[in-house]
Amino acid sequence: MGATVISNEHALDGGPGPLGATYGKMMMWFFILSDALTFSGFLAAYGFSRFKFIETWPIADEVFNHFPFAHGVDAPMYYVALMTFILIFSSVTMVLAVDAGHHMKKNKVAVYMALTIVGGFIFLGSQAWEWKNFIKGEFGAVETSGGSILQFVKKGEDGNYERVKLADFAAVLPEDRTQHSRNNGVWFMDEATIPSHSANEIIQGFKAHENILVRVETIDPTTKKKVVLSREESIKRLADTKYVVEGANLVRNEYGSKLFANFFFFITGFHGFHVFTGVLINIIIFFNVLLGTYEKRKSYEMVEKVGLYWHFVDLVWVFVFTFFYLV
Amino acid sequence: MAHAHESNTKRIWIVFGILSVITIVEVLFGIYKPKSLYFNNFLSMNLLNWLFIILTVVKAYYITWAFMHMEGEKKWFRRSIVWTVVFLILYLCFIILIEGGYVFDVYKTGFIKWNF
Repeated sequence: MGATVISNEHALDGGPGPLGATYGKMMMWFFILSDALTFSGFLAAYGFSRFKFIETWPIADEVFNHFPFAHGVDAPMYYVALMTFILIFSSVTMVLAVDAGHHMKKNKVAVYMALTIVGGFIFLGSQAWEWKNFIKGEFGAVETSGGSILQFVKKGEDGNYERVKLADFAAVLPEDRTQHSRNNGVWFMDEATIPSHSANEIIQGFKAHENILVRVETIDPTTKKKVVLSREESIKRLADTKYVVEGANLVRNEYGSKLFANFFFFITGFHGFHVFTGVLINIIIFFNVLLGTYEKRKSYEMVEKVGLYWHFVDLVWVFVFTFFYLV
Repeated sequence: MAHAHESNTKRIWIVFGILSVITIVEVLFGIYKPKSLYFNNFLSMNLLNWLFIILTVVKAYYITWAFMHMEGEKKWFRRSIVWTVVFLILYLCFIILIEGGYVFDVYKTGFIKWNF
């Protein structure tokens, strides 16, 4: 190879590399860089769609307002704030594990790694609960033939409009049919879950309840609240009803813009997937710590590298939190 | 490794405190939505949203610098990561959000009814 030989001794083992960092750590950083750009792409796409439908986008506070054991209580943001704390705290235990690794304290590293893993699982569980609420929905809505979502409100005692559940006013008409399932269909085809009420039941029930009004997707710029129609207009709009929408899926959702649910599933799902892989890698490194691998290697740098990934996951959540729940 | 091996447990807890306080402040602002911020715009976004974004960037700074130990890396290593990502994200947001606003105008002023 002659005169141009450079030392390749550590090129593949993660040993000393350029700029005072090891190859392993440097590549972890560049992986994080590319992953950060992926997430920015998703969040920028979310921003694009939101700017595109800025006047009709769902209001996050009304969608994410559940808290465990507090049924029917309007609790916007508390739950996601809690999730943020869980993730930040697991980041702290992770960085404490890295710190203990620098002092070659095996037991301390193991304890902090274990705490980090527990934090990761709690976060994943919280996210599952969040998804469950999102998918199940709370009030229900109808979709018109033009694709817009109509929700139902009535004037509360304090003079503000409050949401009304479909079940609270829908008429019961003798038109139930059974769900078409694979095992009894002629062509062995199934269908999407039938909503609890038919469009006709909603319209009839609406006519019978004088105090209920339709709320459309449009946001009034002077109050930043969704516009509520008058009784006459409500009945007129409701005549266009095509679907009854309960909860959310990838096709339609009761919150409003279809893209809203799609982005929610995709971005929080992709982040949740990162958390999940982070937990898996943490577990692998945790067992390596217990086995004394890094004790023998006389360096806990692997803990540091997996720590970088874990902090990155936390970092992404900070942005998801802002752009999905706050802004 | 570029950073020294002294224990910085104290700094970790301080940073945790800072991150927690910022999160609490964000949640409080998100719940009370002060009218002076919420109904005044700057660059077609209300001041409250700008505040949230600035606080988020502050949080991101602390996570990267303290937790991910960016402060301990060599200057040009740090810059190769941070400058790249900051430049590309700003560029992407600039170009895509302006396009989003333009499409909104087309829908709003055009003759096609898209949501009725």
